[in-house]
Amino acid sequence: MATDVATPPLTGPGPRRVKAPRRSPTRWLSDHMVLLIGVLVLVYMVVPIGYIFALSFNQPTGKSANAQFSAFTWNNWTSICAPEGLCDSVKLSLEVSITSTILATILGTLMAFALVRHSFRGRGVSNLLIFLPMATPEVVMGSSLLAMFVSVGMDSVLGFLTIVIAHVLFCLSFVVVTVKARLQGMDSRLEQAAMDLYANEWQTFRLVTLPLAMPGIVAAALLSFSLSFDDFIVTNFTAGQSVTFPLYIYGAKLKDFPPQLFVMGTIMFLVSFVFVVAGEVWRRRRARAWAA
Amino acid sequence: MTHGVVPPPATTAAVDGAMARRRGWGWLLLVPGMLYLAVFFVFPTVQLFLTSLYDPSGNYVQGYTLTWHFANYLDAIRDTWNLFVRSFIYAGIATGVCLLFGYPLAYAIAFKAGRWKNFMLVLVIAPFFTSFLLRTMSWRTILADQGPLADFLRTVHILPHDGRLLATSVAVVAGLTYNFMPFMTLPLFASLDKVDHRLIEAAGDLYSSPFTGFRKVTFPLSLPGVVSGTLLCFIPACGDYINAELLGTPKQYMVGNRIQSAFLTEHNYPLAASLSLILMAIVVVMVVAYVRRVGTEELV
Repeated sequence: MATDVATPPLTGPGPRRVKAPRRSPTRWLSDHMVLLIGVLVLVYMVVPIGYIFALSFNQPTGKSANAQFSAFTWNNWTSICAPEGLCDSVKLSLEVSITSTILATILGTLMAFALVRHSFRGRGVSNLLIFLPMATPEVVMGSSLLAMFVSVGMDSVLGFLTIVIAHVLFCLSFVVVTVKARLQGMDSRLEQAAMDLYANEWQTFRLVTLPLAMPGIVAAALLSFSLSFDDFIVTNFTAGQSVTFPLYIYGAKLKDFPPQLFVMGTIMFLVSFVFVVAGEVWRRRRARAWAA
Repeated sequence: MTHGVVPPPATTAAVDGAMARRRGWGWLLLVPGMLYLAVFFVFPTVQLFLTSLYDPSGNYVQGYTLTWHFANYLDAIRDTWNLFVRSFIYAGIATGVCLLFGYPLAYAIAFKAGRWKNFMLVLVIAPFFTSFLLRTMSWRTILADQGPLADFLRTVHILPHDGRLLATSVAVVAGLTYNFMPFMTLPLFASLDKVDHRLIEAAGDLYSSPFTGFRKVTFPLSLPGVVSGTLLCFIPACGDYINAELLGTPKQYMVGNRIQSAFLTEHNYPLAASLSLILMAIVVVMVVAYVRRVGTEELV
């Protein structure tokens, strides 16, 4: 190491040259090019959502609501539950995703703590087993679960229970990864400081570790909820006769497509949007309060 | 990662990893989750394997018998190899296009957006706020034969008179691209956002052109995002069957469509199970080869 003199010093001797002006026309163009492409991609991502908004006010024409715009109407909004089974399917989806979120978040958080905080043999196998469900295409996961349910004779009880089992499975790995990332980024000296100040292990965990890990846990729960609520493929294999909201949409595409589905989509969008914005505002206000 | 057969000396525990990990009973926290994965992931995969070896002459009503009929795999490949080829081509193109357009978007948000950063990020995750199926149905309206886009393209003669957008390969690939774009953009943004600006400035100070600076500094640093983004796009896109079904015709069907109909409509369990396992095997091989080639140690 000491004999290695080949690397030149970073700043050479002699006067440092003044940098050439950077504002050349090509650079200006390339700067704005990136932003322009970015904005166009965003438009591409947002346009279908705008269509859902617009179609929720569309007066359906004859055969199919999703064919064309015809006339403006409020009727779809005032008769959301009119299509048979629509509101029941939303209710079932909410029940399924809340149950699976709670279970997956608890199991996954425990696993993340074990992996980050404790040493034991077989970590490699554990990490692999957590990674594999994420690398499995959904159609494979759905069909393997169905193959198992059939072979153990559970195909007669396909429904809420089997959907929740499947949803917890695919949410679990995402929870572990999200919470693990948060725990790895945490400063362990804060906990040592708490212990130095005579906090016992439980107090340290409750007053220091858990509050610090909370943003990760909340993010994991939100991710689980949105994965579970919107899942179609795995649910299609494990639902039996039960109908969640995505399954209802899929079923409706085969028949007439009631415009109330677009209303429901719009409501979901607005609710999530308000949640995200409120969460961000709350986070900022708290950050400011901490800083003050 | 694993310690192998010989138990490591006790002293390594203290220096294992940046954070002091404790030995003791903490690993018990892992047990419930691991049991869950064993019962509902490993066991079903074994069941799927056994199902794939059932006697194909059985049927749903009378039940199947396990005859270790490995020829099921040959039959499955012979009948559906074109679906596999199509699935991987569609998923590959969609992932490539996602990277091509997702990268500038992530770059713009990380470096150019200024005070619009948060707003642009919310727009990136906005598709998650509403249903995946509804968004795909909405594409069906946009691409429809009487839709605005097809009309416009016919007027400017990009599309021939009787040309269609819906029910083509282009529509299916565009749908896949649309649906997986956020999965590409978010990991890319996460790694680009972490890039230390001083390194890029240093490259400029050392007389690299902006492009060389990007190629030699920014891009290599964003590689973890590229890897996880492409995986998060490619893996689900291979098995997807919603885009092919809603935006395409049976001529565009992918292997997922076949697995779904074999399992849920025809109840031909041996065929569906062999197809699933072949798909899983190909995906795992591709992912491992890719991760090795790009050379990232950490998988996730």
